[in-house]
Amino acid sequence: MGESATGPSGAATEESPEGFGARAGQWLAENLPEEAEGEPRTPAEELAHCRAFQAALYDAGFAGITWPAEYGGRGLGQAHQQAFNDAVRDLTPPVGPFVVGLGMCGPTLADLGTEEQKQRYLRPLMRGEEIWCQLFSEPGAGSDVAGLQSRAVRDGDGWVLDGQKVWTTGAQHSDFGAILVRTDPDVPKHQGLTMFVLDMRAPGVTVRPLRDMTGWSVFNEVFLDGVRLPADSVIGEVGQGWAAAVTMLGHERVFIGGMASRRSDALSFTALAGLAVERGVDRDPVVRERLARLYARQRALGLFTRRMRQEADAGRPPGARGSVAKLVGALNDALAVELSGDVAGPTALAWDSADTRATERALAVNGAPSSSIAGGTNEIQRNIIGERVLGLPKEPSADRGVPFRELRVGTQRSE
Amino acid sequence: MQLVLEQEQEDLRAAVRAFAREEAPRSVLRAVVDGDHGPVPGLWRGLADRLDLVGLTVPASHGGSGAGHVERAVALEELGRALVPVPYLSCAVLAVDTLSSLADERARAELLPSIAAGERLVAVAVTENGRWDTEAVTTRAEPVSDDPAGGAGWVLTGRKETVLDGAGADVLLVLADTPDGPGFFQVDRDARGLTRTPLEPLDPTRAFARIGFDATPARRLTTPDARAALSRVRDLASVAVAAESLGVLAHALETAVEYAKVRIQFGRYIGSYQAVKHLCADSHVDLELSESVLRHAAWAADHAPGEFPVAAAHARLTVPAAAFRTAARAVEVLGGIGFTWEHDAHLYYKRARTLEHLLGDPSDAARVLADRLLPDTAPEAAR
Ligand SMILES: Cc1cc2nc3c(=O)[nH]c(=O)nc-3n(C[C@H](O)[C@H](O)[C@H](O)COP(=O)(O)OP(=O)(O)OC[C@H]3O[C@@H](n4cnc5c(N)ncnc54)[C@H](O)[C@@H]3O)c2cc1C
Repeated sequence: MGESATGPSGAATEESPEGFGARAGQWLAENLPEEAEGEPRTPAEELAHCRAFQAALYDAGFAGITWPAEYGGRGLGQAHQQAFNDAVRDLTPPVGPFVVGLGMCGPTLADLGTEEQKQRYLRPLMRGEEIWCQLFSEPGAGSDVAGLQSRAVRDGDGWVLDGQKVWTTGAQHSDFGAILVRTDPDVPKHQGLTMFVLDMRAPGVTVRPLRDMTGWSVFNEVFLDGVRLPADSVIGEVGQGWAAAVTMLGHERVFIGGMASRRSDALSFTALAGLAVERGVDRDPVVRERLARLYARQRALGLFTRRMRQEADAGRPPGARGSVAKLVGALNDALAVELSGDVAGPTALAWDSADTRATERALAVNGAPSSSIAGGTNEIQRNIIGERVLGLPKEPSADRGVPFRELRVGTQRSE
Repeated sequence: MQLVLEQEQEDLRAAVRAFAREEAPRSVLRAVVDGDHGPVPGLWRGLADRLDLVGLTVPASHGGSGAGHVERAVALEELGRALVPVPYLSCAVLAVDTLSSLADERARAELLPSIAAGERLVAVAVTENGRWDTEAVTTRAEPVSDDPAGGAGWVLTGRKETVLDGAGADVLLVLADTPDGPGFFQVDRDARGLTRTPLEPLDPTRAFARIGFDATPARRLTTPDARAALSRVRDLASVAVAAESLGVLAHALETAVEYAKVRIQFGRYIGSYQAVKHLCADSHVDLELSESVLRHAAWAADHAPGEFPVAAAHARLTVPAAAFRTAARAVEVLGGIGFTWEHDAHLYYKRARTLEHLLGDPSDAARVLADRLLPDTAPEAAR
């Protein structure tokens, strides 16, 4: 989270991080709902279940920990956030629908939003009353998101929006989205972009879930036909959408990296080591060595994200180094997938439908490829580390300085 | 858990870096590489006198600074970064940690003050056959009742390969097998039957010797548990080896990045090619993870005894290997010039390779971590 989203140091910190973490642990132990036995919930029931938990979490003072107090956050430092993360590390709180809002959209609004936007959106976002999604990618623009084609045209006070977004996580149950669109096609691609708040229920917004390789529908296509955007829905400045996008992507990478190495995950060292012991393969020296190496990588990532937090608290925000966490998270997932084959044995291939752990593991194995794509591919993270952290020269690009109107974008046959 | 450095620790870093720049410039290093390998005596006294660095973790009661492992790690990072040719790992780390992990107050009183003052060099002879454990030890210690000198009480017979700075040491601390289990012994440089054969080192800035014992008089050092002491020494040394490796890694990465920013091929800076850029990015990932793991292990050594054994094994597994990968990538990015004797890149490559082996074979690092993470099911007794 950026500096402006971090409370003034010393303010409202009468409680130590340790005390705060202990209280959070206790609260979670008492309030984390038991996993329901029997019939799985319908999607609508699941959503209601998540909302109720998030509201209770907020009311207990454990959501929006580092967000500014004047907008309903706790205004505490990263040390308190870390203490909470430690308390929740072995648990699986039902907060899935809120992570895009809490991890990306909210911090960006806190950084760049107007006073009215912050007053309007941040508190309901923290309480799980309103769900957010991020609408950047398009069929023609993914890694090169600045090559996007959806456009907003001025119309009186406001704007009219047309185009299409894709891979939008959670759009099907979102109330709002942070959308990046082109507002000026006559300037080079990075200069003609603007970020807006999009009301997902506005006329002209159509959401179609897409089934992904896990068999589930997490991301969506979003069609935009003559959607009206009010003037006060601009996030940041008109024409400054790229800077806003970079801000949000920075939050995203730190956030995604920070989510990794949770002990409760099916591909964590703890889960795989436990399985190895159960199946008796933990005595195999090869399995032992690979488990140790997996631990080393997952633990190193956890320590790195913790170090970045401590640096941020000391006044040194991580900047582009968040890409290291994002990249390592993806590499670790791939390593864990390899190892899971060794420890899972026959259940890596087929399992009883009642075996929930095997089901979860299979979901994690099939979901792992998304780690190296969502939030920017591994190749893009390496470019960012090379160029923005190490200062290596950029590649020559065919599109620098060229008005967007004259560019080739998306999927076209090579000459 | 503290993973970022305090201002005083950054000041220490600056002081060691300045020392390395002024007292151990490239000309000094190159004289070592092309002459007699190993430590430069004048430098050692400078390190002790000017910076009080040799006795950094020696308690003040024995003439040291009583600083922690976080500080010693910072110092080692800078010594590694500049490849300063001093016997720091052998004397200020292994010997000091061995004396502090044993319970022999007489040896401490005798040796620690002169070590801290830079007056006496002490080396540690543990590994045999590439293993840092009591099982591999074949060097035998026998009690003598009729010692004519009326002194030491034990004689050692056997051989230790690859003792770091063993040829130049005034005193050796030796692990040997006794009729009642493993024990540590003190052997003085002119003891009867002691032979020291300098070896050809892979890393020309580092000196190794084979040490032979033939009924060599020795004094047994008091310890309630030699195995526990041995394990503790390796854990503390793992932090030190990782710290030195981190300095090597950081320097190798900087060398590659600097060159990739100025070298042009096919009309472009080579750093603009993704194949080169991504090699450097991978090295940066190695740097960030290694620094995080090292800071945690050093912090745990000082503040979290419960977490320390796993943290130390983690550091040993992670950082030296990352340093070696990075040093090898640096040679690749440099191209032909990186393969020359004249360029320093090979010195970092060799230093990193050596660091991976110092506390036992590299594959042993993963084994130790596994045994600590999965102790209930360790094939042998947990180490
Ligand atoms: C599970 C999931 C959830 C997602 N959620 C969202 C979301 O909520 N909101 C949203 O806006 N987007 C979302 N995305 C989209 C994601 O950001 C993009 O898929 C990603 O940035 C890659 O873009 P692309 O799919 O167009 O692939 P492309 O950009 O076409 O990439 C194809 C391949 O080319 C490589 N490549 C492209 N450019 C370069 C280059 N310059 N150098 C080297 N290699 C290159 C890529 O690494 C990749 O291997 C999600 C994606 C996934 C998988």
